[in-house]
Amino acid sequence: MIEAAFFYLFAAVMLGAGLMVVVSRNPVFSVLFLILAFFNAAGLFVLIGAEFIAMLLVVVYVGAVAVLFLFVVMMLDINFAEMRAGFQKYLPLGLIVGGILVFELVAAIYGDAFSGATLPAMPEISNTRALGNELYTKYLYLFQIAGLILLVAMIGAISLTMRRRSGVRRQVISEQNMRRREDSVEVIDVPVGAAARTVHTVPPSKREG
Amino acid sequence: MDLMTNSYLMELALIVGKIMLVVGPLLIAVAYLTLAERRVIGFMQLRKGPNVVGPFGMFQPFADALKLMAKETILPAGANKVVFVLAPMLTFVLALVAWAVIPFGEGLVIADINVGILYLFAISSLGVYGVIMAGWASNSKYAFLGALRSAAQMVSYEVSMGLVIINVLICVGSLNLTAIVEAQRGMWFALPLLPMFFVFFISTLAETNRAPFDLPEGESELVAGYFVEYSSMSFALFFLGEYANMILMSGMTTVLFLGGWLPPFDIWPLNIVPGPIWFILKVMLLLFVFLWVRATTPRYRYDQLMRLGWKVFLPFSLIWVVLTSGFLLYTGNLPAAVAG
Repeated sequence: MIEAAFFYLFAAVMLGAGLMVVVSRNPVFSVLFLILAFFNAAGLFVLIGAEFIAMLLVVVYVGAVAVLFLFVVMMLDINFAEMRAGFQKYLPLGLIVGGILVFELVAAIYGDAFSGATLPAMPEISNTRALGNELYTKYLYLFQIAGLILLVAMIGAISLTMRRRSGVRRQVISEQNMRRREDSVEVIDVPVGAAARTVHTVPPSKREG
Repeated sequence: MDLMTNSYLMELALIVGKIMLVVGPLLIAVAYLTLAERRVIGFMQLRKGPNVVGPFGMFQPFADALKLMAKETILPAGANKVVFVLAPMLTFVLALVAWAVIPFGEGLVIADINVGILYLFAISSLGVYGVIMAGWASNSKYAFLGALRSAAQMVSYEVSMGLVIINVLICVGSLNLTAIVEAQRGMWFALPLLPMFFVFFISTLAETNRAPFDLPEGESELVAGYFVEYSSMSFALFFLGEYANMILMSGMTTVLFLGGWLPPFDIWPLNIVPGPIWFILKVMLLLFVFLWVRATTPRYRYDQLMRLGWKVFLPFSLIWVVLTSGFLLYTGNLPAAVAG
């Protein structure tokens, strides 16, 4: 009874938040509602006993991906009126895509797509272990390939955005640590009245001769 | 049906009672941590610190709380009101809900869930939202810059924290916090994983925005960072959240590396001391180090901070994961749950 109540709570809030992602005027609110939707999805995962997936959803999507979304969206200077103007133009396309998705979902539920796929019987081992066993034995190569694809994407993104500017004085930590007192400071006993012309301005190690 | 509702209500009351038992002392601990910080740093700088209100200044936190409550709550004119009010609440709530899985002693935990450490990690990674939302909603340059710094910093150090946690998990073979503590019965993980212990502790300093990584609130450049515009109770909530987070991170370090509620040696005078006392002592020790670091180190420069996170800690902890798992595999000491 309580589980059902929580299911409807999570599902309702998730759907509502999903709707608000699309319709809210301020993109920052859209991201915040997206986070709310992720949270409720995690709640649904907990309800079906997949607590590992639920936590991963929060760690990866809410804790990392959505932070970067928010980061970018906050700094954008978006003209809201202009964005609304495109709404009517894209409405038919959006409706068609949405309609296709709804049709597929209905077909899958009432067709026989799910008939073979029932929830597996709850094993004695925790689902973290079950997942690990599957991933690292049965699907090891696919898992590794997925990792490689992500690595390539990451390196690609970095190499596309990195530019080396000249004239930037970067700190080389090893050089910094190699610096000794003798390289930068010299104590000179200046006789009274001898004036500053005898005082060196170049550190002793860099001095010629 | 009536019986069922009754048992539900009983269970609910029990859970609420447990939560109160954790949150009440926690809030008092937060209050006294603020006092301890001022006193400890005071003594380290050859000052006395607040010592006037009550004996040894013991009532100073309550005087501060009263002062903050009596102040006016100011909403900046250009602020986004909903998010502005929501941000400190979020920070504070997140600092409290994480305590649900921390084991204080054998069986003394509100929710002993399977994926306890992941839950902790998830909640601590959400802390950045309070900061970002506050910075954005304040509609102020200083607050916004502080929030941006903080977001980048917290996300960076989470990565190495995650890898350090993996090191511990390889040694335990479970994500459950009670199991992690039980696995340290022979030896605390702080000894075999000493470098990881240091990396983790330094990362928690960065994660809680404490000195020497307190750039988000660097007062010399950003006035007070993301909470410049806050006043009165909303400011107090941020403050409480930050200190509750410090205690939480110390608790997390204790569970992962210092054997949680276990005594240092399982010998007579030590093992009759109740577990929670050991837990609290270890947390207090770590909190003292938090304060000690603040009193003795200058603030990092931002590029140095990023370098430390990404170029030093991340590769170091990644290599250590390989070393740990390689060592355990070679010596045949992999925990049964992992090897099986």
